This record gives sequence, structure tokens and C-alpha cells, in this order.
Amino acid sequence: MATGLQRRNDRSFVKIALVAIAMFGFGYLLVPLYDVFCEITGLNGKTGRIDEAEIAARYQPDMTRLVTVQFIANNNLGMPWEFGPGVESMQVHPGKVYATSFKARNPTGHDMVGQAVPSVAPTKASRYFNKTECFCFNQQPLAAGESKDMPLRFIVDPNLPGDVQTLTLAYTVFDVTQVAMK
Amino acid sequence: MSTATATHDEHHDHGPAKGLMRWVTTTNHKDIGTLYLLFALVMFFIGGAMAMVIRAELFQPGMQVVDPQFFNSMTTVHALVMIFGAVMPAFTGLANWLIPMMIGAPDMALPRMNNFSFWILPFAFSLLLSTFFMNGGGPAGGWTIYPPLSLQMGDGFPFMIFAIHLAGISSIMGSINIVVTILNMRAPGMTLMKMPLFVWTWLITAYLLIATMPVLAGAVTMLLTDKFAGTSFFSAAGGGDPVMYQHIFWFFGHPEVYILILPAFGIVSAIVPTFARKPLFGYSSMVYATASIAFLSFIVWAHHMFTVGMPVVGELFFMYATMMIAVPTGVKVFNWVSTMWKGSMTFETPMLFAVGFIIMFTIGGFSGLMLAIAPADFQYHDTYFVVAHFHYVLVTGAVYSIMAAAYYWLPKWTGNMYDEKLGKMHFWISTVSVNVLFFPQHFLGLAGMPRRIPDYSVQFTDWNVISSIGGFVFGASQLMFAYLVYKTIRGGEKATDQVWEGAHGLEWTLPSPPPYHSFTEAPEVK
Repeated sequence: MATGLQRRNDRSFVKIALVAIAMFGFGYLLVPLYDVFCEITGLNGKTGRIDEAEIAARYQPDMTRLVTVQFIANNNLGMPWEFGPGVESMQVHPGKVYATSFKARNPTGHDMVGQAVPSVAPTKASRYFNKTECFCFNQQPLAAGESKDMPLRFIVDPNLPGDVQTLTLAYTVFDVTQVAMK
Repeated sequence: MSTATATHDEHHDHGPAKGLMRWVTTTNHKDIGTLYLLFALVMFFIGGAMAMVIRAELFQPGMQVVDPQFFNSMTTVHALVMIFGAVMPAFTGLANWLIPMMIGAPDMALPRMNNFSFWILPFAFSLLLSTFFMNGGGPAGGWTIYPPLSLQMGDGFPFMIFAIHLAGISSIMGSINIVVTILNMRAPGMTLMKMPLFVWTWLITAYLLIATMPVLAGAVTMLLTDKFAGTSFFSAAGGGDPVMYQHIFWFFGHPEVYILILPAFGIVSAIVPTFARKPLFGYSSMVYATASIAFLSFIVWAHHMFTVGMPVVGELFFMYATMMIAVPTGVKVFNWVSTMWKGSMTFETPMLFAVGFIIMFTIGGFSGLMLAIAPADFQYHDTYFVVAHFHYVLVTGAVYSIMAAAYYWLPKWTGNMYDEKLGKMHFWISTVSVNVLFFPQHFLGLAGMPRRIPDYSVQFTDWNVISSIGGFVFGASQLMFAYLVYKTIRGGEKATDQVWEGAHGLEWTLPSPPPYHSFTEAPEVK
């Protein structure tokens, strides 16, 4: 076989192999892209986080409008905690900060760590639901038999589309004891 | 033919070595093609045996033959074996055998890598099948290995992941070889738009593989680190998202289904003109249609996940994009029909399989269009309707095209004609039984029978009994094919160089069987 052809083949091989390696990287790149996409569009029900100090500058409370916020709590499969909202729903004015709490109890005989993951429905409203303080920002340790009131402070953006009258905030609590203890 | 004498001269350095080591160390495209095809045939029977277990369990409602966990591992491994072990290696084997002969090259461009890419496969599938003997059994969470379910697999989990890695590396290397061969090794005068369509469809398939296989490798690596290294790509508790796995998987998975069908289009485009004795209708539109299908395959992935809770805009986008694929696919079907139109047709076994492909693949295409309708998909999702759909496109589509190719080129490869009577019998028994097997599954799915469940409500019994009977007959009739291949290799009526009266193309100018190195001197391309 002509060596010129051999060299050409080897060069082509390297080029195409680089494409394959780049596509492996692209698979990983999809992860941050996915998060950014969800954040921009509010898909996936991901909620926002905001500093309480910024609120006065950004939002005017809309005292003419009342929105219902419902609270739901779920346990992931195998998570034994007793976990539920302090109140089931609240009437809130957009642009104003409200506080509530969720109750959690560890009924088992050993210390555990939980992580709550929020989701807002309908998804188009999730971009307008912001929290200034939430137990979901951190992992929550509970000693054996301990119970705790876990605070939540939130604000609904006054730009919330007019047809949304009810928001549902759902938390799922996961057992992360194994990971957290490492 | 003067070149034929070289192959009979054992001392000539162009002849094959003797014994078992010939097959282990071979860098010859024909030897490797043969290895790929035999490996695919073995895997076809292993995966087929698993399908028989599935149909035996579903023969009656209630639990009869196997326990549910094993049933689930049967559906999962059946799919993995058939996709990565049977259909893809069979196409790669055909590419190895045919592409150098079709473009007038002496061999593949990268022969040493060709050897590696084949010999990885037996190891990959030994790893996969070894999981059955491990604590926790084989993978049972579906071939898509969705987390979090797939992460609950037992000790075999890393073995399955590494098996997928190896199979992926094998097909990436195979694809690189095919692309380099097609781009650099064509005989003078063999311009791109003169290449046979099988070469074209494989060129595009190889690009799809190079672009998507690494993404699958990434996705399963993330699963591996989620399970063992404490990452949380797909674990909501750690800030990840299990739905993201589905997006990444199907970004690979949808192009993958075209990887499984584009070479089939190329095969049918070779066979139909031969037996219609007319040139292929609309050659360039076939090339452009193939390229459009490949492009569209990257932007339709979420139609596999209409029910995960997408916004309406997303559902609409993926619905319309999916339906758009019907246009280039329709172009192909109409071109094949137009090729046959007013042709002097004869129906030897390859043509029977090719015509069977066109009719039954189109049925599968139509049920695919039904599934593309997002609101209707909420009813069809994860039912036997989906199972019926993808078996029509994969069994009576991809597998039928491979059968057609085997009958069509077997006389060229072996120098012997196959047993036409046995071939026709194989076709008719297969075609009747495969429809008895899969057509009732449409009805079961529309009536609401879910897939991947070992038991069902009694109202589904009748169609399941019929489907199982079809399954057993179809499975048994494939033994005829294995016997026919064996018989043809052993001997038979000698084939001429052209083999088929209407066959055109460089491979038919070579003797049957062709010399060990195809074109040591570049042929003249008209």
C-alpha cells in the first residue's frame, strides 16, 4: 500500500477519533446545559432564590391581588421521616415576604440526614416563586427521635401571569444519611 | 479470472493463514466481515432464546415459567443483545465484506483496528451475559437503564456498564474505519455520487455512530459514578435530575434507531433494482433523503418521553419534528415502489425479503406516526403498541434486510448458490409467523396491556396465546436459516461472477468467491 495513502488514512483516523472524544465531552456538557435551560424556562419546577435585602429594590407589594399557595410534602421511597407542612395553604399578596414552616420528625432509633427537594406547579409559575430562606438550601440532620420545625420564607414575584391563581409548592425529602456521613 | 489463482496458492503471502489463529490475528476485511456476521448470528439466537422465554411466560395469564425479576432481565437483555450484539454487528459485518468490494478498494483503510473492533465484542457480551450468574442477576430495569431503577441492580451493574462501554468502543472504531475507507480508498472515478447506496447509507450511519455512541458512553459513566463515586447527576437528593438521564439517553437513542435502519435502506436499494431489472429510481433523492433522516434524528429525541411532563410547546415541537421524518422516509418507499414499477420482476429469496421489508417496515412506520401524535401517545406509551411498532421496524425491517443481504450476497461470498427452495420456505414461514407474532400486539397495546410486565389481565389472554404461537414458529423457522447458511458454505451449485442476471456494481465483477484481497489494482469505474 502506498505510504501516502497510509499517512492520509492515519490523519483521517485522528481527526474522526477527536470528534468521538469531543462527543463524549458533549455528553457531559449536556448536564450544565440542561440546568441552564431549566433555569431560564422554569421547566422542571425549579424555584428561585433571592436575598431578602434585594427585595425592597426589586418588588412593589401588590396589595390588590391574592394568590393561594399550597404546600405538599412527600417522602422518597424508603425515607421513614414524618414530614409535612405546618399549614396546608396560605393566601399571599405578590411582592410581600411570608414565613411558614414544615415539620419533620425522625422516628427511627438512629441519627439521620435528610435533603428536601422543591418543585413548583404549574411549571410556568415556578420562575416567579422565590425563597429567601429555606430548609431545602441545606441538608437537615435529625438525631434519633428528634423533631424540628423547619422555616421557609418566600415571596411571589408580582409579575406572576394573571391567570395563575394557585401555586403548589411540593417538597420531597430524601434520605442522604449515607452520603452525608462520608 | 487471473486474480483467482492467487487465492489458491497457500504460500503466497496474500493468502489466509491456517488454523484458528487465522481468525484471531486476521486483518482481512472478508475474514473480519465473516466473524462479525457469525457473531451476529450467534447473538441472534441467544437474544431469540430470551424472546422465547418471554413468549412462554406470556402464553397464559398468571406466573408460569419464570419469576418476575428474571422475566424483566429477559426483556432487558433480549433488547441489549439484539441491538448491540446482533443487528449492529451484522451491519458492520456486511460493511466489512462489501464496502471495499463496492468502491474498488483492496481492503479496509485501517485493518489492524478492524481486528480490534471485532475482537472486543465477544468480551463485551461475555461481560453482559455473565451478570446472570452474579448476585442480583442480570440487568432488569429495561434496556434504556433509566435511573433510579437501574441503580438498584445487584453486583452485575458495573459489568453491564463496562459491557456497554466496550460495545460502544467497538462500534466507534468500526465506524471510523468505514468513514476513512469510504473517503480515502475509493477507486479512481468512483465519485461520491456514483457510490452504491449501501456505501452511502453506511457512511451516514458511521457519522451517526461517531456522534452518538460517545454520548451514551458518557451517560452510562454518569450512572456508574452516581452509584459508586457519590456523584448525583441523576439523583434529586444531590441536586441532580433523573429526567435528565432520559434526555441524554435519547439524544443517543433516537439516532441509534436510524443507525439500525439506514444500512437496511442501502441493502434494499441494492436488491430491488437487481430483481426489477431497472436502475434505482431517484438515486440522488435517496442520498438526500438519507442525509435528512440522519439530521432530523438529532432533534426528535423527546418523543420517547412525551409523558415526563413537558410543556405544550415542547410536545408540539417534538411531535412536528418527528412527523417530518415521514417525508424523507416516504421518498424512499416511493422510490423503491417506482423502481419496481413496470420492471421485469422475479422473486428470488433476496427479493422476497426486500419486498417484505418494504411492506412491513412501512406498517411499522405508520404505527410510528401514530405514536408521534403527542396527545395519543399518552395512551400508547409503554404499552404493547410500542412493542409492536418497534418490532415491525426492527424485525421485519432491520432483520429482514440483513436476511435479504445474506441471501443476496451469500453466493458471492461462498461461491455457492444457496438452496432456493429452502430459502423461499424460510421466507414464507417467517413472514406468516412474524405477523401472527407482532400484529396482535397492536391490539393488546391499544387495549391497554403494559409492556415489561410478566403477568396480564385475563381479557388479554387470546391475543397473547396467538402472539406466543407466532413467536415459537418464527423462532424455530430461523433454525432453517442457520442450516441454509451452513449448507451453502459447505457446497452447492457453483455461482457465476455476476450471480444475479440483473446485478450491477463492482462486487459482481469479481469472481465468486472473490480473491482474498479484493482489488489489488484499482478497477475502472464507468
